Amino acid sequence: MSSSKRSTIIVEHLRKQQMWDALSRGKRLDGRDFSETRPLVIETDVIKKANGSARVKLGDTEVIAGVKVDTGEPFEGLENKGALIVSAEVLPTASPYIEPGPPDEEVVELARVVDRGVRESEMIDLEKLVLVPGKIVYTIFVDCSVLNADGNLFDATSYATVAALLTSKLPVFEMQDEKVADSGNTQPMPVTSMPVSITAARIGDYVLIDPSAEEEACMDSRITITTTEEGFCATQKGYTGSFTPDQIKKAAEAATIKGKDVRAKLKGLEVNNG
Amino acid sequence: MTQIRNLIDENGKRIDGRGADELRTVKITVGAVKNADGSAFIEFGKNKILAAVYGPREVHPKHMALPDRCVLRCRYHMVPFSTDTRKNPAPSRREIEISKVMRESLEPALMLQDYPRAAIDVFVEVLQSDGGSRCAGITAASVALADAGISMHDLVASCAAGKVDNRIVLDINDEEDKEGQADMPVAYMPRLEQVTLLQLDGRLAPEQFDECLEKAIGGCKMVYEIQKQALMQRYFGNETELREEVQ
Repeated sequence: MSSSKRSTIIVEHLRKQQMWDALSRGKRLDGRDFSETRPLVIETDVIKKANGSARVKLGDTEVIAGVKVDTGEPFEGLENKGALIVSAEVLPTASPYIEPGPPDEEVVELARVVDRGVRESEMIDLEKLVLVPGKIVYTIFVDCSVLNADGNLFDATSYATVAALLTSKLPVFEMQDEKVADSGNTQPMPVTSMPVSITAARIGDYVLIDPSAEEEACMDSRITITTTEEGFCATQKGYTGSFTPDQIKKAAEAATIKGKDVRAKLKGLEVNNG
Repeated sequence: MTQIRNLIDENGKRIDGRGADELRTVKITVGAVKNADGSAFIEFGKNKILAAVYGPREVHPKHMALPDRCVLRCRYHMVPFSTDTRKNPAPSRREIEISKVMRESLEPALMLQDYPRAAIDVFVEVLQSDGGSRCAGITAASVALADAGISMHDLVASCAAGKVDNRIVLDINDEEDKEGQADMPVAYMPRLEQVTLLQLDGRLAPEQFDECLEKAIGGCKMVYEIQKQALMQRYFGNETELREEVQ
């Protein structure tokens, strides 16, 4: 059952006061402007055993995503589409507040929001991933592991997922005597669009893009907006506070503008991969 | 995207006969569960959803208690016969996420600091599902919380808008959700003008985002009036009944 709880990361009163002082001067504790994201570093093909992988650093938040491709039955109601599943876990290495165990509701939400971005943007042309219509399709698992958590896991996980999918080499499976056989060849992933999520946190009347862990510990509410080249494809408000309609519209604008920068960076990976 | 059939006909009518700005029939009955401290039964289109509130009451396990405010716990659950194919009664990832966003959409309305060290439990049971069950559930839960006499800043009203046949329409039903292009569930506190739930599944052009948000907020305001009427009916009855009581 979903339950309200103590903030896991305790920010000292003095530090909170410093944050408020900085915000009232238009700055953040780490010196960023409200709409400035932390440095983003994306490395791909870091795990050779995976069909595709990416390691993303967004400030001190670090996420690694791996893609594994197999074959299996299609989802019910989606018989003529390949199956794509994004899951996530926050490893106990990520922060002193994480304990090993089954994913809690925050991690379930993280995985579902990232999955929604990829799914609703129709990033991968799943109709091209069918072997026997209605019976056997490609199944693509994207598993994300948060190695170090310093806020904004949503965007870091989303970028890692997209980068890993973009640079994945899809094995070419063939049907031989009604059995699936790996031809040994690979092909690029059938990519049609590129979803980019941008997350903002509201602290009082201030809306900050790409919140750090410290900022998240002080935030009232959070919003994640995913865009493609053409428009919006997914949104999620989170945490216990609210937003005014105006704040949401501004966040949507910021997601469009900031999303372009990140998309350009991800496009670069695609080109390098040939 | 391949469209199997048109979801909006040449007269602008949707498959269930509604216009673009029309809500499905909404009926709220307050006090539907006798044992609960507060409850509401909502029929929102084909949705049939029961919300029951227990509390403020002692927290079990005790270590979950918060020293300065009340713990709000929320469970959204679909019964196995509520869907087309039987739903496994164990909580799915979808239900875990909805329980979370539902709790977070109700929490801004509640004065939880009034009940330190206590818990309020909100149970939302979907008995028959249609499109927009989370919105209907939030709407019912909010009425149930008011019925339980919990201190609140405002009621939370919830309604979705979405894109069907390239048009932005209010209150998406099941078929429109499955075959349409986008679904944006919103919860809103009309008196405080605050959005407490916002999700989006599906593609919207840049200019459609604001339009969809405004339309959903408009729907929330309609739902808000129905919520208030239902509570008035429960506590003050209609005028004739009142007169009879006086006599």
